[in-house]
Amino acid sequence: MPALQLTDLEWEAIRLSLRVAFFSVAGSLPFGIAVAWLLARRNFPGKWFIDGLVHVPLVVPPVVVGYGLLVLFGRRGPIGAWLYDHLGITLIFTWKGAALAAAVMAFPLMVRAIRLSLEAVDRKLEAAARTLGAGPFDVFLTITLPLALPGVLVGIMLAFARSLGEFGATIIFVGNIPGQTRTLPIAIYTLTQQPDGDLAALRLSVISLVLALGAVVVSEFLARRIELRIRG
Amino acid sequence: MLEFSAEKRLGDFRFAATFRGPPSGLLALYGRSGAGRTTLINMLAGLARPDAGKIALGDRRLFDFDAGIDLPPERRRIGYVFQEGRLFPHLDVKANLLYGHRRAPAAERKIGLGEIVELLGISHLLARRPVSLSGGEKQRVAIGRALLACPQLLLLDEPLAALDSERKAEILPYIERLRDELSLPIVYVSHDATEILRLADQVLLLEQGRIAAYGPVADVFGRPELQRLIGAAEAGALVAAKLESHDEDFALSYLRFAGGRLAIARIAADVGSELRLRIRARDVSIALARPSDLSIQNIIAARIAAIHPADGPYVDVELDAGTPLWARITARAAHDLSLAVGRDVFALVKAVSIDRQTVATRPNA
Repeated sequence: MPALQLTDLEWEAIRLSLRVAFFSVAGSLPFGIAVAWLLARRNFPGKWFIDGLVHVPLVVPPVVVGYGLLVLFGRRGPIGAWLYDHLGITLIFTWKGAALAAAVMAFPLMVRAIRLSLEAVDRKLEAAARTLGAGPFDVFLTITLPLALPGVLVGIMLAFARSLGEFGATIIFVGNIPGQTRTLPIAIYTLTQQPDGDLAALRLSVISLVLALGAVVVSEFLARRIELRIRG
Repeated sequence: MLEFSAEKRLGDFRFAATFRGPPSGLLALYGRSGAGRTTLINMLAGLARPDAGKIALGDRRLFDFDAGIDLPPERRRIGYVFQEGRLFPHLDVKANLLYGHRRAPAAERKIGLGEIVELLGISHLLARRPVSLSGGEKQRVAIGRALLACPQLLLLDEPLAALDSERKAEILPYIERLRDELSLPIVYVSHDATEILRLADQVLLLEQGRIAAYGPVADVFGRPELQRLIGAAEAGALVAAKLESHDEDFALSYLRFAGGRLAIARIAADVGSELRLRIRARDVSIALARPSDLSIQNIIAARIAAIHPADGPYVDVELDAGTPLWARITARAAHDLSLAVGRDVFALVKAVSIDRQTVATRPNA
């Protein structure tokens, strides 16, 4: 086997990981922006609770989060049963479930970055837009969000990288099924459990590093270009 | 026609004001910072909510506490030019200008981009980003942006405060053009008497959240009891005059006014123009006899109408020279000259003391 050629199994793990990470970020981004906006701009009773809840995946063991997902989204779980009966969706032991697990684990990072950038947007500019005839949602789309875009990109990048690396919650919730839920970290774990898997595990580890670094570099580059466009 | 009546409490500060704005022309809100000027226009714009009261513009009710009406800013159709411009940094100048225009009801888009760009002299800036503009350019774009939203009232909150005097002089003529060429009522907030004397038709003087005076600018600035609020250095008379001739050899302009002829430094107006200028009380001296061999160019016969005590060692002498004039002199001088009401005297005004920036092309306000 040539050292620089990827095997089919490696390709499979990479493709699966990218797919899981992509859908994890794409699916949670609208919620991430909404929650970040609520936390940055609104005061309401129970705000502390929402704020805490968002941060839970950052502080509890990932295994606990995975177990929680299993209880809620399993076939007999309150949400999982409803999803299966009404929409025919099964999350457990599927790549969709892996995406959900990754999304939950990455959510605090995404919300933090977006919230900070929303807080940094000058509200006087929003007031000016209101006097020019733009309603609140119009202002959000045309003023607030474009000005917060660098921070939103950072949030996307952090969530993407976190999703690529998600292990604990994933393996509890969706297991270790080749082609379905065996993402890069789980494939690495599997290989390290085999007597002759060291080299293969090393190769996958390097691939993980390259992917994560690539995500950081690309998003930093984009964020900088947008920042330049905004600040001139 | 603007009808305003509102109260608001902000911590220890209480604001309460009721007035009717003029249907057109420029109404200046004057007062020290903290007097409630910005509170007032934020209530007009819908950016601050009164605790009680009513605000109406023409037949549109913008706010009515008892009726539960509170139009949001985007539905008030009131243009707002902020002190710091507040251009959108992620949009170029053209997109900034059109932001409100695109959102204005199609039937009310009376003014077009080309017209505004020409009025404000900003055609060369359209493709630029706000960050690359000078302070004066930013303010002109901000004014254009507010106008292009086709508002029914334009608010300007100290639009010149952040600019140096050169930039101010650059923008003042544009604001005069707005006032004269668009039939749009303007509310102009300032703490700079020079700007107000130059631009305003009416002045609303605020003090500690209340209206201390309201009326034509010449009346408000001519009232002795208000001089404490206006600021001793700024107090004086506003005089209507007609430009009689220019003296090119000496770079002077001669004005005819009720009290005779005035020489001032050459101004840019045309012969025959009706003007308004301010003669500050502290720039006027009094002589009992017509002096000769004197550098002072303007010697005006007048009669003493009243003598008002002022702060410190001064008195304010109200003179009738066919039009009111004020002279601020020391009480000692008044005593030494035995000044008394009814006495005929001469008012002396140095030509150089008349600030050309305050010479306005609007005599009748």
